[in-house]
Amino acid sequence: MSTATYETIVTSVEQGVLTITMNRPDQLNACTTQMLQELTNAFRSAQKNDEVRAVVLTGAGRAFSAGQDLQDVKDGVDYGEHLQTTYNPLVKAVTSLEKPVVAAVNGVAAGAGASLAFACDFRIAHESASFLQAFVHIGLVPDSGATYFLPRLVGTAKALELAVLGNKVKADEAAQLGLVTEVVSKEDFEKRVLEFATHLAQLPTKAVGWMKKAMHGSFDRTLEESLDQEAFGQTIAGRTMDHQEGVQAFLEKRTPNFTGK
Amino acid sequence: MSKDVLETAFETIEVAREDRIGIVTLNRPNQLNAISRGMIREIVTAFEAFDEDPSVRIILLKGNGRAFAAGADIHEMANEGAVDFELKNQFADWDRLLAVKTPVVAAVHGFVLGGGFELALTADMIVAAESTQFGFPEVKLGVMPGAGGTQRITKQLGRAKAFHWLWTGDSFSATQAERDGLISVVVPDELAVEEAFTWANRLAGGAPIALRLIKEAVNAGVDLSIAEGMFAERKNFSLLFATEDQKEGMRAFQEKRSPRFQGR
Repeated sequence: MSTATYETIVTSVEQGVLTITMNRPDQLNACTTQMLQELTNAFRSAQKNDEVRAVVLTGAGRAFSAGQDLQDVKDGVDYGEHLQTTYNPLVKAVTSLEKPVVAAVNGVAAGAGASLAFACDFRIAHESASFLQAFVHIGLVPDSGATYFLPRLVGTAKALELAVLGNKVKADEAAQLGLVTEVVSKEDFEKRVLEFATHLAQLPTKAVGWMKKAMHGSFDRTLEESLDQEAFGQTIAGRTMDHQEGVQAFLEKRTPNFTGK
Repeated sequence: MSKDVLETAFETIEVAREDRIGIVTLNRPNQLNAISRGMIREIVTAFEAFDEDPSVRIILLKGNGRAFAAGADIHEMANEGAVDFELKNQFADWDRLLAVKTPVVAAVHGFVLGGGFELALTADMIVAAESTQFGFPEVKLGVMPGAGGTQRITKQLGRAKAFHWLWTGDSFSATQAERDGLISVVVPDELAVEEAFTWANRLAGGAPIALRLIKEAVNAGVDLSIAEGMFAERKNFSLLFATEDQKEGMRAFQEKRSPRFQGR
């Protein structure tokens, strides 16, 4: 996977974990069109790269992402069209990736930056992290999937509260709301993120990818349809080498060595 | 009998037989199974041979490679004129598909576009892989569907949606196609062909003449008024009481056992 073509993000693969770092620290990793396109490309190539079995999205410096870079918005641009060509493809690339994605929220995640974190499958929060749906403060509405992901994460009432009041949610409160998987102290943050993601990368990737797809789709399905989907999913998972390995390891009373195949 | 068709050397399709299922597989994978005049001729030839063989209960249609069929063969017609089309009468082979009485199940995946979509819509049941993309992109080349696309999609979706897809040429997903009632089932990509075989085998165990007459009545119902459709239905309903399978089916029901249908 080529990293040379990226200018606003940095990518690296280690032990099956692709780490994508938004790298505009002086602008608090505010999103430019270029950065959004590079992120989209990085997530799309992660789907094709068998070496990658989990992805971490994080920010360089003290912020995760401050959201849209207002300097990058040209006068007269149609916001809807801007979303359709930049953020929306990125959100689809993150959710359609059949591998787990962790947002390592190292600092403030505001506006579309928060939305991006919500679009990920897990959020590990730095103790100084915070989430802010800032849209209302400039007379705009949540975008980049926030109106979809937030009600699913915290319920409709709380989602509406976060969007309409636009208050900053600090790491501990985010944990209480179920917005983040865990909060980690600044000393342990990087180590813990890598440990968590490395664990994900060692799981039976096809099964995990299927779970992600099924959970995301479940709100649009009836119980009957979900049961049908599970039956299909189990047929597919039942034919993976990882399933064989899991059963074999269980019988031999050892830790399974999943390969993602 | 369909033995001959199994021994025929086709250029653009593969023909096979699995128990009571006649299988036709589009086989121009490097052209994403673009449908040439030769290909539709071969498909019709195989369908008609299977249709004449009473031991073939179901025809299963699928495509090799990355797509079911990504369209018609553009190279073949790029330099032709209206008179060429009139003289070649190339869509006459498509009309012969209307006369096939055996139920047809299509397994589709990848791209199902233009002529490929028209071919899929001739099937009685469509099982689609979930990543399938459907569409009529002809308008983007300055033309329009010519093998029934505008007619079939309008009858199935109504004018509003038909214009949407035919005028924009945009593709739409399998989920959307299922929601709109254009296709029968959506299944994970890995299982699409298998699931189509499951359906074909299940149908192959049904009473063959009942399946054929239901097909005739349903397809007639798409075109006819409700009164005419009900007359057509009634004739077929009565006709089934001339079959041995009707006697066997009703006897088995009374005796609380599974019926053994013979197709007679």
